[in-house]
Amino acid sequence: MPEKVYSKEEIQEVATRVRKNILRLTLERGGCYLGQACSSAEIFASLYTGILNLGPSLGSMDAIPFPGVPSPDNMDYPKGSLYHGAFEADKDRFFVSPAHYASVVYCTLAETGRISHQAIEKFNVDGWNMEMIGAEHSPGFENTAGSLGQTISIACGTAHARKLKNETGRVFVLLSDGEIQEGQAWEAFQAASFYKLDNVVVYIDVNGQQLEGYTKDVMDIEPLAARLEAFGAKVMDVDGHDIQAMIDASKVEHEGKPLVVLCRTSAAHGIPLLEKRKPFLHFVRVGDDEMDDFKKFYEQM
Amino acid sequence: MKIEVNTHEKNMIKWASEHPEAVVLSGDLGSSCEIKGFLNTYPERYFSLGIAEQNMVSWAAGLAREGFRPYLHTFGVFLYRRVLDQLEMSVAYPNLPVTFVGFLPGIMTPGGVTHQATNDIAVLRNIPNMTIFDIGDATEIESVLQVAHDVNGPVFIRMLRKEVPRLFPANEPMVFNRGRVLTEGTDIAIFSSSICTEEAMRATKVLTEKGLSIQHVHISTLKPFTDPTVVETLKKVKYGAVTMENHVTIGGLGSAVADVIAEEGIGTKLIKVGIKDTYTHGASKMYLMKKYGLDAMTLIQAVKNLTGKSFGIREEDLEAVRFEDYTAV
Repeated sequence: MPEKVYSKEEIQEVATRVRKNILRLTLERGGCYLGQACSSAEIFASLYTGILNLGPSLGSMDAIPFPGVPSPDNMDYPKGSLYHGAFEADKDRFFVSPAHYASVVYCTLAETGRISHQAIEKFNVDGWNMEMIGAEHSPGFENTAGSLGQTISIACGTAHARKLKNETGRVFVLLSDGEIQEGQAWEAFQAASFYKLDNVVVYIDVNGQQLEGYTKDVMDIEPLAARLEAFGAKVMDVDGHDIQAMIDASKVEHEGKPLVVLCRTSAAHGIPLLEKRKPFLHFVRVGDDEMDDFKKFYEQM
Repeated sequence: MKIEVNTHEKNMIKWASEHPEAVVLSGDLGSSCEIKGFLNTYPERYFSLGIAEQNMVSWAAGLAREGFRPYLHTFGVFLYRRVLDQLEMSVAYPNLPVTFVGFLPGIMTPGGVTHQATNDIAVLRNIPNMTIFDIGDATEIESVLQVAHDVNGPVFIRMLRKEVPRLFPANEPMVFNRGRVLTEGTDIAIFSSSICTEEAMRATKVLTEKGLSIQHVHISTLKPFTDPTVVETLKKVKYGAVTMENHVTIGGLGSAVADVIAEEGIGTKLIKVGIKDTYTHGASKMYLMKKYGLDAMTLIQAVKNLTGKSFGIREEDLEAVRFEDYTAV
């Protein structure tokens, strides 16, 4: 069966439904990483529907009980990467680095037919594989990404290996902007340039916020484009809510160097009620005083 | 006893010739880690990652996920102390076949505290999926890559470089999770590892001449530590056991043996010889072994405390059994 081709409008609908679903989880579960969903919904929707070249999902449509941690006796557990299809030479791979974006990954998988909508009900439920911050058994995760700054290195090592094996598929990484404060991220960009890894494409959700406030106030990372270019990357700087711009950015020429797409976003995008909470949107709880407003907003989304 | 030179370098090249999936990652210390010859032989399988160990460890995880077998080469300190989170989350958690070849274990360098891996076993032994080998001689260097390869998961090797004695017959390779019984006896047990085994062999020889019956076991697998040889040895000795390690006495071989004694309910005494809860400083190997109590005389003192017997052994008596070539730098 050929993969569905999404129109720009359909991709936007995917993003909006992802955002809406995570707002619902936030209201039902007493809190969620809603700000990240607001900033990254269009990025994930664009990647899964209009950018990544993935095979059909091999993952279970249903959530499954936690399959155990990897060990010498447990290496054949169902892996999160199954949801990205079989590992094939011409297919892309997708690594999500900030694992607290897990709900966005799960909901995008659901909106794109890679997992059932019912599975989302097991999100952050004890004993299941769809934890709030998942690991490599969680749907859509290729690796255990919760410790920030490591996934870019793992993805580059993977891309390096794929080059050595003459595979043509690309390796995509979703990074958050805060984690680029980690020294290891820069070690990885340094090495990706050195090894001319032009099969690496990094999308960064530049929402300008981190747990303690605006990134510019906590530990400034700007000028990000200039810094990354100085490290040898080809950099595109786009509106992270502009689907066409993000799709176009994935197609630019970047021979001999990794491609980085800076996606400038807002952590209140699509849910203006969050605007007044900026910059403190790392984990959103909705109290009784605001519950009615948020519920009303959810109903009309 | 024969001193072998650059054994790992030769062995790694030989290994790579038989294993096309093997690649070397270097943290800018290749020539100090006997891997320059590999670079000359297999330049397309040698990847320099610069002075950036955290990225190197996670990068290795990516290579391992694609079917390669990365062998990370740098000093041991930089492969556990500096990169612990990367080692755990990028490699150990997913149980990937990454081999950390850590040079300069314990006091093996005049480079001082920043270069001396004196608590690596303690730090790594509690990490799930991790296997730890502590190399004691040239024969073990020649056999460890095969043993490590057969492990389904990450491996940390405390590797020795340059001049290394051949204590064990070349045709008797190290065996996974199996101690090597060097002498059999029933009075006391001695468990030694790394460079301490050679010292323990000297002490054992003199003590045996004084009539003591010693079961001396060389240990090279520090994790797992479920070797029945250890249990059998502990059960048969009259006075107790002494451990001797090129490592702090908290969390290493001595603690592993203490666990076995407690868990098996053996009820025997244990004296741990090793670095006593301190950092060390830069000096020559023999100076440091004596200063931090990793030498034969310290072991003899421990045996004296354990048995309550004085053997009247002096430094000069040990000189007589000093193995030829031992003092060669």
